[in-house]
Amino acid sequence: MNYKLNLLLIIIIVSSINKVTAQIDSTLLNRIPKDTLKQAMNMDATYNRPFLSIGKTPLAIGGYTEANWQHATSDGVSEGHQFQARRLTLFVASTINKRLKFLSEIEFEDGGKKIAIEFASMDVEFNPLLNFRGGIIMNPIGSFNQNHDGPKWEFTDRPISATQMLPATWSNSGFGLFGKKFKKDWMFGYEFYLSGGFDNSIIDNTENKTFLPEAKKNPERFEEINSGLPMVTGKIAVRNKLAGEIGLSYMGGVYNKFNDDGNIIDIKRRLDVFAIDYNVTIPKVKTTVIAEWAWILIDVPTTYLQNFGSNQHGGFVDIIQPVLSRKMFGWNKATLNLACRLEYVDWNYANFIETNTNIGDHLWSVMPAISFRPTAQTVFRFNYRYQQQTDLLGNPAALTGVFQVGFSTYF
Amino acid sequence: MKKQKILFLLFTAIICFISCKKIIPTAAPVEEILEGPIDGLTIEESNRFLHGDEAFGEFFTKETGLGPLFVENSCVSCHTGAGKGHPSSIVTRFGQIDELGNTYLDYGGPQLQNRSILGFSPEVIPSGASSTKLLAPIVVGLGYLDFVTDAYILAMADPDDANGDGVTGIPNWNTIPSFVEVRKGAITSNGKYICRFGKKASVYDIKQQIVSALNEDLGVNSVYDPIDLLSKQEVDPEISTQKIVDMNFYLRTLKAPTPRNQDDPEVIKGKNLFNQIQCTSCHKPKLETGYSPISVLSNKEFYPYTDLLLHDMGSGLDDGYTEGSAKTYEWRTPPLWGLGLATSSQGGSYFLLHDGRAHSIEEAIYWHGGEAASRRQMYLALPTDDKNALLKFLQSL
Repeated sequence: MNYKLNLLLIIIIVSSINKVTAQIDSTLLNRIPKDTLKQAMNMDATYNRPFLSIGKTPLAIGGYTEANWQHATSDGVSEGHQFQARRLTLFVASTINKRLKFLSEIEFEDGGKKIAIEFASMDVEFNPLLNFRGGIIMNPIGSFNQNHDGPKWEFTDRPISATQMLPATWSNSGFGLFGKKFKKDWMFGYEFYLSGGFDNSIIDNTENKTFLPEAKKNPERFEEINSGLPMVTGKIAVRNKLAGEIGLSYMGGVYNKFNDDGNIIDIKRRLDVFAIDYNVTIPKVKTTVIAEWAWILIDVPTTYLQNFGSNQHGGFVDIIQPVLSRKMFGWNKATLNLACRLEYVDWNYANFIETNTNIGDHLWSVMPAISFRPTAQTVFRFNYRYQQQTDLLGNPAALTGVFQVGFSTYF
Repeated sequence: MKKQKILFLLFTAIICFISCKKIIPTAAPVEEILEGPIDGLTIEESNRFLHGDEAFGEFFTKETGLGPLFVENSCVSCHTGAGKGHPSSIVTRFGQIDELGNTYLDYGGPQLQNRSILGFSPEVIPSGASSTKLLAPIVVGLGYLDFVTDAYILAMADPDDANGDGVTGIPNWNTIPSFVEVRKGAITSNGKYICRFGKKASVYDIKQQIVSALNEDLGVNSVYDPIDLLSKQEVDPEISTQKIVDMNFYLRTLKAPTPRNQDDPEVIKGKNLFNQIQCTSCHKPKLETGYSPISVLSNKEFYPYTDLLLHDMGSGLDDGYTEGSAKTYEWRTPPLWGLGLATSSQGGSYFLLHDGRAHSIEEAIYWHGGEAASRRQMYLALPTDDKNALLKFLQSL
């Protein structure tokens, strides 16, 4: 028995050595060029990435990584110098059939501290306007959640409103439909999914605020919906070649466990998220503007803590201006950009019952940046963040200054 | 030319980077911040302070023991920045009108848990029970107050007004739970001890306050107080004893507020007026600690502006609720240290007195009645300039 097992192992190892040898032969790796003529929308972000195909196989692989140095100071207190390996993300895509595709995205964060399957879906095209998608999907709320790859952004940090208010990257098991329609300079797209959703932790957590990202810690969420009711996510977007793309999205459903083993243990409590996003590149000056704003409404029991707000809103605006775009240091299409991000988040948009004064818990931030792109797939970034965060009671704000130098690249 | 441009941009970036040092947010002056350890802690004590700080700042959830009935989810929710509390985290206590004890213990007394986790209903005050609302006190400098000897407190008491200044001052004699460590040289009377913490001075020491607040404010049971508020049954501890030890050390070693502008002539004038109109009869400027195992607290003079005794504050401040041997109209003299920084933990406004009803220091003075009424009258009789100087002195504490 052992002899047979050993033989089997040897065969597997030898055959895999051959495969490994084949894979590291770079002549067999073909870079699939991005179709620059084809205009893409935010909803295309999952496929609108550079891939490497392996020989003549239908398999394509890709990924990105990002790392940086950081020095942050809050009210004069600093943790010192930090080197951060924030992300390593791997994509594997396969064209099973001309109209049947599969793509997966696996992310390793903070040197492997967090590992997540962010996307693993099969797409079936019946018609450009009618596609089926199922598996682990990224809910299309706002634009950043689906379009979050590091190399696409000029800033080391992801937008606070997208990751600390909205829960990017937010993916769930689910199914749905999407489609697109082109007409001259116009494009229209829609997405509609039913998926798993949030749980009680969004108002019962150590963040001391209504915190949607807390639900990502639930290891059961890819197999069990806490409320037993599917969450609905829908988005429509319109793009004009000159005017840019605007998207309107919604995500909502019952988040709490109201029924356990047939016993009613609470009333149904809803969560509703609305978002608007916009992006444009002004042709003559090549200034790019990317903006997203979201509103969150949550049914928090009146007998619960006021710290956990029932109303949140926030968003960001990125302005990116290329200042040099030419051959630099031997790179033919290198670009040097100046950029700035403005952010605001209010985690608790309400007044205290006792004093009728505003509940604080809000933040604003300004982040000027210089970025250098030797190619479109790689970005070197230098950021400075100045942030002012007010606590629940509205006491003097905590001031934070952060310097970051880093890079992000597709591979 | 191209290279020159690139070099220029790189140079600009480096200049920006260096000059950015100037826009790093700096710490506020130490006298403007309440939080922080007492100077002179050893390295080991500093580590213990940090552990306690962490435990004090922990936010509890249902999973980690919060509730099911509670008032807040963390110590820092009430004691933000170690300062005075905000009305949003006010607690309601009910069911006791005299020294004979609380008659509503079977109905959820002495504290109202006005919040609950999902699927549970919070308490309501039982019909007929008298109640009071209490704002969280400032928690800095507690170690100094903890190590004042009973004899020192008793020496300040004047129950029969022997000195004829119109002010009495009596300790709150109360029973204490078994887990409390009795102080060396503790003075007892009929099995009761001199208590010193809380608005009614009904709590013996910091450890007792931590344990009862964990259960009554957070619904978190400990080995010292294992009875669940809802089921009234003994349950497993929901917090480690080590964390309670750490929090006790942290609260003992939070620094006393640093007075500001002490050389300002206006402040000096106000300080003299404070003495002159005899506010110091109750708000004793200087106290002394006895022996403490924490050497920086041992045999030290400090300036809290309290006598840790109960005083008749008149009918205006009589809420019809009490604890220990205090009468409903008696309140412990609150320390005045940190008064000028109250707004930095109360969202920019003043919420003074036991329930936050006074929105300025002057309004708080107006509420002084009972045996403090004569001092209020003396304040009211001062010329405006003198009043302003006295208020400026209080704001400097």
